[in-house]
Amino acid sequence: MRHIISVVLENETGALSRVSGLFSQRGFNIESLTVAQTNDPSLSRMTIVSSGNDRVLEQIVKQLNKLIEVVKVSDLTSRDHIERDLMLVKICPTKKDNFDLKQLVDVFSCKVVDVTDKTYTIEISGKTKKLNAFLDAFDPASIIEVSRTGVTGISRGKKLI
Amino acid sequence: MKLNGAEILINSLKKEGVKHIFGYPGGAVLHIYDALAAQEEITHILVRHEQGAAHAADGYARTSGKPGVVLVTSGPGITNAVTGIATANMDSIPLVVISGQVPSPLIGNDAFQEVDAVGITRSCVKHNFLIKDISEVAITVKKAFYIATTGRPGPVVIDIPKDITINQMESEEYPETIKMRSYKPTTKASNRQIKKAAELIANSQRPILYSGGGSVIGNASKELREFTRLLGFPITQTLMGLGAYPGTDELSIGMLGMHGTYEANMAMHDSDCVVAIGARFDDRITGNLEKFCPSAKFIHIDIDPSQISKNVVADIPIVGQTKQVLQALIEELKDAKLADISKWWSQINTWRGVDSLAYKKKSGIIKPQTVIEMLYEVTKGEAIVTSDVGQHQMWAAQYYLFDEPRRWINSGGLGTMGFGLPAAMGAKIAMPDRDVVCVTGEGSIQMMLQELSTMLQYNTPVKIVNLNNGYLGMVRQWQEFFYEKRYAMSYMDALPNFVKLAESYGHLGILVENEADLKPALIEALKQKDRTVFVDVITDPNENVFPMIPAGGAHCDMLLAGRDEMLSKDETDLNAV
Repeated sequence: MRHIISVVLENETGALSRVSGLFSQRGFNIESLTVAQTNDPSLSRMTIVSSGNDRVLEQIVKQLNKLIEVVKVSDLTSRDHIERDLMLVKICPTKKDNFDLKQLVDVFSCKVVDVTDKTYTIEISGKTKKLNAFLDAFDPASIIEVSRTGVTGISRGKKLI
Repeated sequence: MKLNGAEILINSLKKEGVKHIFGYPGGAVLHIYDALAAQEEITHILVRHEQGAAHAADGYARTSGKPGVVLVTSGPGITNAVTGIATANMDSIPLVVISGQVPSPLIGNDAFQEVDAVGITRSCVKHNFLIKDISEVAITVKKAFYIATTGRPGPVVIDIPKDITINQMESEEYPETIKMRSYKPTTKASNRQIKKAAELIANSQRPILYSGGGSVIGNASKELREFTRLLGFPITQTLMGLGAYPGTDELSIGMLGMHGTYEANMAMHDSDCVVAIGARFDDRITGNLEKFCPSAKFIHIDIDPSQISKNVVADIPIVGQTKQVLQALIEELKDAKLADISKWWSQINTWRGVDSLAYKKKSGIIKPQTVIEMLYEVTKGEAIVTSDVGQHQMWAAQYYLFDEPRRWINSGGLGTMGFGLPAAMGAKIAMPDRDVVCVTGEGSIQMMLQELSTMLQYNTPVKIVNLNNGYLGMVRQWQEFFYEKRYAMSYMDALPNFVKLAESYGHLGILVENEADLKPALIEALKQKDRTVFVDVITDPNENVFPMIPAGGAHCDMLLAGRDEMLSKDETDLNAV
């Protein structure tokens, strides 16, 4: 099962490699990992998408908690939450793409952020599935470059991590 | 007053109460050595190889309960120490390892003797630091000792670039205490869990206490004795836990696991309630997890939450220090009515009757088991015994009954050959008034021989008992059982003359080839209070360690001496390690 794990940790050099090292050392998988400083500059927040059964997840959470620099760990998937993935995609439409790009952009509520004579660069955010669906709407040959941030997330309501 | 980084570092170590440092100098730590030479409070032990420094500090820590301190240079200095650091990490031993680093501006430039120490050690330490500014030196040392010694202990590496050790700053007060928002090691066990555990314990019909290294490291020996005697339950101890409960006591049913006693493993297999105390259900203990303790409920006491339900799902997990949890359980159970377990005991006593550690003597050949039994007799069971890794380690664990904790010093988790000799040196420095014996084999001892030189320089009279069978015995045993006696690379030809070798290092060497000479040799060795003595005992090259649970087997599938000498290949899981 897929899990989104939020980790708040000291914003120190090497903290990222401790987390990624832990995953490779113990054979846990990482689908995506995002990290950036929080409103408190001394803390970073990391969102990791991983998969595994309940026992694997329990170990992931416990092992993360064991890292000296980790302040807090929580499994977002266990509660009501919001998740977002941001993607920038460069498209060079082929003849097979017989749709109106403007209309498609409206349907997916995304933005065209750059245009050349041959390419469109589109910014889209949402759940991973939505981003995948957007890509599926094109002829694979017309997608010339994709850059995604991976999932970030936060719990709904007043509840904090 | 202005001090340089090296002086601040040494002053910080003094504030932490450090009396001994095991180390080896080199370019990146010369300022530190300069500061070290200018004081007398801390004694530096100059080892002959950095791995020896880490093992010696480890042996020092295991016997004394105080953190061991290591000082090594950059590059090969720290890489040589890695095996020792990993050894300590696997067995939860508190070490503070200070490694020099190339000057800050050169980091990342492939400078001479540069290695990414923090990167290389990351996966085998509890934590590590790279100091970036002189103002961080004192606080980092404070944090390192705090992290190394609290919670589940472990090694901490401090990597310190050379420029920081010579830069100066106004000296500041060393912090008395430290708080880290991301590290809170003190956990109090939940009362609810204690009550639940007490109820299960009181009602169990076939209970067993399974105590591990956490009882030794957590200084819970007194509580463990009180708890065990209060309940009158059988207790088995892991390789790492031996001595926390007296091995000679009636309630002790010996070590469990791959080379555990018949009664301990059978009792585990048939138990309905296993109380794990500071033990982690390692694969050498459990054998095949699917067949492990089929009818038991598990109470698991551990300070490290990540150990709980890692290998075996705990029915009642209790996160807390072994000492405090046992105190709470004693309080809860002291007036409780316990189920009658006399039937269980009579079953256990039947298994005991199998006498699984019995072995046949052969005339003209010295059995390794006899050597350990005789050593036990001659030292009255009171020596601190370190061991290397292999058959001799198992025989020492089986035949030397430890009645006190911190007397049995061995590399259980990582299984590091070469550990025994430097660990014995560290143990002797920590406990100069105690007899320290290193039980080793001719394979292991050759991995750290050079420390014989250190032992002369610092006058650490240790007794080395070399079970010399000419083979890498444990490898040979597995090849005999599981590889149809194809003894690939397990025979060592061209062994040195160990007696002459010991003599050339300035020690005393004794060769024992006949059993009649064994006891006098051991007595003589122990009589030499001021000298390191190397007793080279030629033992049976064909002896195997029994009982044995073949890898992948269940506790009830034990092989016994004289009954099961060989296994056919298809009975064994060759994928198991």
